[in-house]
Amino acid sequence: MKKILLGNNAIIQAAIDSGVSYVSGYPGCPSAEIGDDFAKIAAQNGVYVEWATNEKVGLESAIGASFSGLKTLVSMKSFGINVCSDSLLPLAYTGTKGAMVIVIADDPSCWSSAQTEQNTRIYSQFGHIPTLEPADPQECYDFTKLGFEISEKFNTPVILHTTTRVNHQKMPVTFEDVKKNAEFKKGQFEKNPYQFATMPPRTMEMKKELLDKIKKIQIFAEKSKINLIDSSKNKVGVITSGVSYLHVKEALEVLKLDLPILKLGFFYPLPEDKIKKFIHPLKKLLVVEELDGYIEREVNVLAKIENLKLQIFGKNVLPIIGELNTEKVCVALAKITGKKFLEFKVKKIDLPRRTARLCEGCPYWYVFPTLKRVAPNAIFTGDIGCNMIAGFAPHNIQDTLFSMGASLGIGHGVSKSTNQKVISIMGDGTFFHAGISPLLNAVYNKSKPLMVILDNRITAMTGHQPNPGMGKTLMGEDTTQVSIEEIAKACGVKHIKVLDPISIKELESTVKEFLEKDEISLIICKRICALLERRQKKS
Amino acid sequence: MENFNLILTGVGGQGIITLLQVIDEAAVVEGYDVKSSELHGLSQRGGSVEAHIRFGKKVFSPMVSNGQADLILALEAMEGLRESAKAGKQTRLLVNNYILPIPGAPTKEEIIKQLRGFKSNFYLVPASEDCKEKLQNEVVCTLYMVGHAVANKLMPIKKESALTAIKNVIPEKYLELNIKAFNLGYGE
Ligand SMILES: Cc1ncc(C[n+]2csc(CCOP(=O)(O)OP(=O)(O)O)c2C)c(N)n1
Repeated sequence: MKKILLGNNAIIQAAIDSGVSYVSGYPGCPSAEIGDDFAKIAAQNGVYVEWATNEKVGLESAIGASFSGLKTLVSMKSFGINVCSDSLLPLAYTGTKGAMVIVIADDPSCWSSAQTEQNTRIYSQFGHIPTLEPADPQECYDFTKLGFEISEKFNTPVILHTTTRVNHQKMPVTFEDVKKNAEFKKGQFEKNPYQFATMPPRTMEMKKELLDKIKKIQIFAEKSKINLIDSSKNKVGVITSGVSYLHVKEALEVLKLDLPILKLGFFYPLPEDKIKKFIHPLKKLLVVEELDGYIEREVNVLAKIENLKLQIFGKNVLPIIGELNTEKVCVALAKITGKKFLEFKVKKIDLPRRTARLCEGCPYWYVFPTLKRVAPNAIFTGDIGCNMIAGFAPHNIQDTLFSMGASLGIGHGVSKSTNQKVISIMGDGTFFHAGISPLLNAVYNKSKPLMVILDNRITAMTGHQPNPGMGKTLMGEDTTQVSIEEIAKACGVKHIKVLDPISIKELESTVKEFLEKDEISLIICKRICALLERRQKKS
Repeated sequence: MENFNLILTGVGGQGIITLLQVIDEAAVVEGYDVKSSELHGLSQRGGSVEAHIRFGKKVFSPMVSNGQADLILALEAMEGLRESAKAGKQTRLLVNNYILPIPGAPTKEEIIKQLRGFKSNFYLVPASEDCKEKLQNEVVCTLYMVGHAVANKLMPIKKESALTAIKNVIPEKYLELNIKAFNLGYGE
């Protein structure tokens, strides 16, 4: 079968064709469709799909399923791996039982990320987790399937490392379309603490087993077709991976060059012998990879053994910040080969930047101006979500922005360290993800920020995913509707007000009152996301 | 034919993704290899959005290099002007005569005047206006633009292929409306 698919949907198709039955993770751009779109077809394919409360819990959920024998898929955006790494690393030690592929989607150029321009691939080396890097949707399909095969063969989790231009790339994809049983088949957890419990002194043994396993996978990688060579006799060569390969192919056409290319499908473990063989006859080598030059570093080490005279180029001719494209690769290749390349001069047109803005009717329109008016001198610690639009005009009230849940963690620190008023803003989705722990901390360690939870009844920014406050699961089942207010009470918060922010007077007087409190206080501004409301009315 | 390079631009929420789907599909119906690149997330909350489509015999990268676009299709005029910074000599600009104003933006007249600098490569169409007036729906201006591009041979897609693509992509419920918009833009 052949169909135009988005990279993310090719991953879903490959998971179904590989017989996956358990899918977890946490939404974020550019990976969110993997859970959202999977949920739409899960039941008919006998698959269970959930959004967990955060990435760590999502990974642990999949670990439980894998240990029970189920084939599992996990998805998250770049930052998710920071959150789940505490369980990801021991998972490399224990290994998997049911096969597991973990999709981690980076976002070079920060198209839809705040925080940092993170290059997640370092975790693969650090945690010893086999990692594949597809370049386009067809490879998303092929590599996901291969990932399940490798996981099954070696009992290891496999990371599929993607980037925005891969997840959100479309092309006609050829796939099997395996017919599946429409019934979710439960597994069986067979006790095996020797393998599933990382307790010293066993931990050290497990580390040894892991390193031995990686050696075997390296031998597998040496023979794998996905470490592909486009051959040519030229003495200048290119090593590349992921979407950069596509830019290299275009650049060679533009410059009318015929150079040998080694395209690495495996990022970890690297096929060292294959690389050595590839660089052996070369005089010059360009390593084309996005952001940090991890492959370049490894190749430098190998060249010391194999080809001391090889001139290696990489981050000295390619940017370390921002995604790559054909032009940037052309510039680098021209420098190395002496070919002429004239970069297109983008005209200067003076226009105001069109930043993201709150939607028409967004409940936050009532909150931000009120906070600004009532507490112009307060320190506003911001958080991730649509609510970070507080940092754009006309609001301009966001004093800090870090990671999910950090508004209150940092707000606590500012409140303890100064005599200033602190207002910490947070969305409902983020509260469930990483907001409860800092709330508990602020109560326990006695600071007095005013926390404002913008409860728009959904995780809005990433495309409207359900969360524990809504009483619905991702697959549409009814579930317990968790009350933010009750959680806050249980954490020991004494001053709590739940209100509809459309009542500006009430919001205003509560802010004034709570800012005078000597303890942490909480206002829950509860009003449905305007987009969601319109959509609900339509259907 | 060399690969055809197309850039779509507009404001988040204007329907760029559906537009891209229709053109991708039409290219496949024509028998071309196709790749496209879109952006989701924050920018869709009313920010500038840009998507790329490339089709032809064999496409590697889904992204159009600066200066290489054959067509820039702008759903909003100021975003069209912004994108025109990357227009090469051969680039044609098909622009919806429609503005979503923001503080500090030039007037519509000023924007159109600057775009007229592209002379015969500049095509201005009243897509939003016509769709609103004749179909009581502005969102389908995307299909109007496709209709206009096809009728004026601004992209190498035949009318039948475009209509087949629309039928393959647009849900039954909205199909008639979308075909009407296409035909309106086509000039029928
Ligand atoms: C660790 C991590 N996972 C995922 C994301 C992606 N992400 C950005 S905003 C957001 C959710 C925000 O939802 P909510 O807190 O309800 O705020 P809203 O968008 O509704 O204002 C998520 C999950 C992230 N930034 N960091």
